[in-house]
Amino acid sequence: MSALSRPFLPVLVRREHASLAIKLVAPPAALGLATLLNLGLYLLMGRDPAAVFHAMLLEPFLSWASFSEVLLKMGPLLLIAQGLAIGFRAKVFNIGAEGQFILGAIFASAIPIWLPQATGQWIWPAMLVLGALGGALWASLTAFWRVRLNANEILVSLMLALVAAQVLNYLLLGPWKDPAGFNFPQSVMFQYDAMVPILIPGTRVNVSLLIAFAFSLAAWVFMQRSFAGYKLQVGGLAPRAAGYAGFNEGRAIWLSLLIGGFAAGLAGAAEVAGPLGQLQRSISTGYGYAAIIVAYLGGLHPIGIVFSALLMAALYIGGDNAMVSANLPVAAVRVFQGSLLLAYLVAIAFVRYRLEWRHAAHGSAP
Amino acid sequence: MNALEFIVAGMLAAATPFLLAALGEMVAERAGVLNLGVEGLMALGAVIAFIVVYHGGGHLLGFVAAGLASTALSLVFAVIALGFRANQVAVGLAIGILGQGLSALFGKSYESLTVKGLPKLSLPWLSDIPVIGGLFVEDVVVWLSLAATVAIWAIFAYTKTGLVVRAVGENPKAAHALGYPVIAVRFAAVAFGGALAGFAGAYAAVVYTPLWADGMIAGRGWIAIALVVFGTWLASRIFLGACLFGAVSLASLAAQTTGLDVSSQLLSSLPYLVTIVVLGIISSNRRLLKLNGVASLGEPFEQ
Repeated sequence: MSALSRPFLPVLVRREHASLAIKLVAPPAALGLATLLNLGLYLLMGRDPAAVFHAMLLEPFLSWASFSEVLLKMGPLLLIAQGLAIGFRAKVFNIGAEGQFILGAIFASAIPIWLPQATGQWIWPAMLVLGALGGALWASLTAFWRVRLNANEILVSLMLALVAAQVLNYLLLGPWKDPAGFNFPQSVMFQYDAMVPILIPGTRVNVSLLIAFAFSLAAWVFMQRSFAGYKLQVGGLAPRAAGYAGFNEGRAIWLSLLIGGFAAGLAGAAEVAGPLGQLQRSISTGYGYAAIIVAYLGGLHPIGIVFSALLMAALYIGGDNAMVSANLPVAAVRVFQGSLLLAYLVAIAFVRYRLEWRHAAHGSAP
Repeated sequence: MNALEFIVAGMLAAATPFLLAALGEMVAERAGVLNLGVEGLMALGAVIAFIVVYHGGGHLLGFVAAGLASTALSLVFAVIALGFRANQVAVGLAIGILGQGLSALFGKSYESLTVKGLPKLSLPWLSDIPVIGGLFVEDVVVWLSLAATVAIWAIFAYTKTGLVVRAVGENPKAAHALGYPVIAVRFAAVAFGGALAGFAGAYAAVVYTPLWADGMIAGRGWIAIALVVFGTWLASRIFLGACLFGAVSLASLAAQTTGLDVSSQLLSSLPYLVTIVVLGIISSNRRLLKLNGVASLGEPFEQ
């Protein structure tokens, strides 16, 4: 049989040098691919793709009113994703940030719920600190299970996130339910001093966005400039080398999880002390899971994550717009998020590999 | 019927979604692939089965459609994780989010609707035994799942197919050198796992609690992944683990109906808490995990 009659097959060939150009092109390419796929889905669902595209991807940026809401949503996503990315680079997969976020909200709410009459400028900072500690405390359970009991952190952190949702339900249906709240599962409204100051007058954007940017800067310094961050990265890239160099694996796991829990807890606290103003069920809308996508989409790099957090926040606001104007179900946003991450994972494969078309080989010669 | 009889009678049915999903994940992991998308695969299977059964397609067609849909989604996983050699953890999480999103999207107009479950078939004589007789009154899917457990156990214990899958998971380079198609075996294992996850979701949605509610899988896909660790990658132990979780979820139901003064949130989180505790106990036995674990789990294969 001649070589020409054999079919061409695509083969991934490893590049000699990772391609930086593709690394930068991958996120926009992934966004384009995911957009096309999802618009196709909306077409199948009988929606007008142009209307959805406009509402979902353009409208969030077209008016200051909606862009300020994007910035508001960006805060928690940015914070959580920066914390998670540090762990992911060390190959510590904390996927239970949603639980750490909920615990942060609960810990922060304890102050205004137990001290509803208290006044003073100390209240909201104390809430943020307490929330961050609550998130770190919840994450420390996962760290203990992983380091001392050798249990898989993916499963333990996720199970703890499911437990956290039940703890929230318990508090809102029981001891922390607002007695004058018509039996709704929500706490009392917090007093004025329990609210994070507004950053941009006339909008709901508050100081927590500033905190998220400060945390991003700190994450950049930590990962790119500090020895502790370097040790974490070596542990993720080459665990054996890290072991020979005497880098303690247990410490890396503790550090990764505590940082991740701290950031997620802080974000949870900022939500109740910010746009919500009370503890309620809607605190848990999946930011902790969306932040995983944000972290990957940003290339696990502190600067990339700033852009991916902005994009994901815009998707949330755009999804709300499309729900109103194009009658698109809320779940469409989750579908978009999942397909966006998949498209990105395909796109970045080309950073390290290139596609070659080869004749199908006979036998299995490598 | 007392609480014990209630648990015994319902245990196998409650265990079936866990069992099917965990067996599927076990096969994928045996081949060296960690697919964390089980929760999404189950959610997709559940909604597809529900829609088919609701529109009069019948349970058989519902299960077939669910199996096909979840297999298709698991093949997306396989193409990206095995074909493009992407990080398996990330791909699995994305598939999970996508599957749950599609489930919510498709199921939106079916919220709170119900379908008819399946009749129970009882084994003669055995079902008349006091207390444990309830074990022998089960629907056909439970009986088939038990048969599947035995079949999977036998395949890994006695056949060359099982040996090839294990070789591919244990040492893909050596398996490749011997001429076994590593990537093809892994694709097949992932697709098999996807089909079983689809069946598991279908059972949950159209037999066990034949009522559609968004998020009805409620972490069962994740518990199934944990069950693979509990069962140390052995079908027989995964079966025992699934029974434990079936019993735990029924025990919390029984406690609620008997008016035991425990908060319902505590009871709802019981399966998750049990998962955390058992995972800690089993995993702390490092030798056990090393002995049975899969050496190349989660590692991409390059020739």
